[in-house]
Amino acid sequence: MPRRGPFKTWFYTRMPIHKFWQKHYVNYLAPKNLNFWYVFGSLSIVALVMQVVSGFFLTMFYIPTEEQAFNSINNIMQKVNYGWFIRYMHTTGASALFIVIYLHIYRSIMYGSYKYPRELLWVIGVTLYVAILAEGFTGYALPWGQMSFWATSVILKLFGTIPLIGKQLVIWLQGGDAVTGITLHRMFAFHVILFPLIIIILTLIHISSLHYVGSNNPLGIDTSKKDCINYHPYYTAKNLVGIVIFLIIFALVMFYKPSMHGFFIEPTNNIPADSLKSPENISPAWYLTPYYSILRAVPHKFFGAVAMASAIAFLFILPWLDKSPVRSIHYKGTLSKIALLFFVVSFLGLGYLGTLTPTPINIALCRILSLIYFLYFILMPYYTSYEKAKITPKRISQ
Amino acid sequence: MDDKNKKTHDAHINLNRRQFLTKATTAASAVGLAAACFPFAASMFPSMKKVTTKETVKVDLSDMKPGDQKTIQWQDKPVWIVRRTQKDLANLKKLNNLLQDPLSKVNQQPKYADNLFRSIKPEWLVVVGLCTHLGCVPTYRPEPGTVSKKWEGGFFCTCHGSKFDLSGRVYKGMPAPTNLVVPPYKFINDATILIGRSK
Repeated sequence: MPRRGPFKTWFYTRMPIHKFWQKHYVNYLAPKNLNFWYVFGSLSIVALVMQVVSGFFLTMFYIPTEEQAFNSINNIMQKVNYGWFIRYMHTTGASALFIVIYLHIYRSIMYGSYKYPRELLWVIGVTLYVAILAEGFTGYALPWGQMSFWATSVILKLFGTIPLIGKQLVIWLQGGDAVTGITLHRMFAFHVILFPLIIIILTLIHISSLHYVGSNNPLGIDTSKKDCINYHPYYTAKNLVGIVIFLIIFALVMFYKPSMHGFFIEPTNNIPADSLKSPENISPAWYLTPYYSILRAVPHKFFGAVAMASAIAFLFILPWLDKSPVRSIHYKGTLSKIALLFFVVSFLGLGYLGTLTPTPINIALCRILSLIYFLYFILMPYYTSYEKAKITPKRISQ
Repeated sequence: MDDKNKKTHDAHINLNRRQFLTKATTAASAVGLAAACFPFAASMFPSMKKVTTKETVKVDLSDMKPGDQKTIQWQDKPVWIVRRTQKDLANLKKLNNLLQDPLSKVNQQPKYADNLFRSIKPEWLVVVGLCTHLGCVPTYRPEPGTVSKKWEGGFFCTCHGSKFDLSGRVYKGMPAPTNLVVPPYKFINDATILIGRSK
């Protein structure tokens, strides 16, 4: 027992927060072979904190009305002291958060972190991802430029494809027959209150359920205490390296290329929203474009929306599609490796195509890549049970 | 309470009744919670004042030459007025087998516009300029061959690639399921129309 002063003793007998800290941080046992792929969970928390802080300050200057939203952003950029700094941190932070989350998800797929006993941990994580997508989408609406307006309009209209209730649901969400300032104002409410609360609560649940089942590792094998080390100081030190590298890259982007060639901030969004004219090529923010491409691939209103929704729905049921006896890609067969490669290529390809205009060639490519994307999931029960997995070691090698 | 007394006391507990009460309380609370959600959810619907707006717009057509198109705003939506040329009108008759709903069977227009030209006067097209897919504003492309090789002029939605002819009828195999909507309108005189009211 460390020696404690009278204040700490008084405090801890009434509120033992040190036990929480010990359990979830200092004494949390993590497998000793976690590689750099395991830094992205911590990085997403760093990015989330930056979003909360910068977002809080933006709220002080942003005005969520049809008439003033666009101008208030200009005001933040030009007149508010260091307003540009706060806003660029928020816009860059949104993209950074998605980059680290996509890498985090890829890590889990690669090492089978969704398999027993981590199925619920995975499902909570995918729910968290959907909540962050919703947060990104509502935030995208707020500058009320052309891209904001039309992306909001198109994505809200997607709910209209739901049978029976769809039409009423869109009117309910929009607060009228069309997207107007009323819609903008509620996007703001969702973006600053509801979704952030959901995200923070889900993050806490995600972390505490991780600490219950324990971290997976690159070998995907069960680990005993002997194979684990304390999170602090070992992984604190390791993650700090990752955080410093992340912050360096973040700062370079934020200060030198905040618009990232139109991917982080779209040039079309520098034109105020005009409900009478859509931009030449509308596309949602880059982190939504893979799903947007899937929507474009289907020449039918209802089934297009269904395809888009099932692209995410398949992620939820991934733990039950993988029939392999092993977790990690290291010990899976060649078919799984090829499938994963195709999956990554299709996701990146769809993401890229979603930013282009829908020419016949692009649509044809969207269809091929969408097919690959879905086949990855649909065929998974077959190739994972057909292929022969390699034998996994009993323990992490010493 | 000593051990012996506790045992006799526990024996008297009716667990079924206790369970029933727990469930009944939970159910009642759930109903209450759902009822409390209602006003919040209802607040997000447009108020009656907004719904019953019967906004109409008068449009002067005297400055429009054949082939011209103009966009006006009506009830927060874009409405297009196109003065079609005689050649356009002749073309419209040839497109039937390329179109999804050439005879406008789906009710997307008032009775008086339920004809080949989907208009009161063949020369004048009046449609709501929102793609029936996901509500983008398609572009007016009257020149033949600009969108595809066989393009006869019409509207092209750059969002998801839906194509419409110069009557706002959707081509086959497009993400948009139906023809463009024709709003209620009437001619006040030869050079003025009123959008939003039929009579």
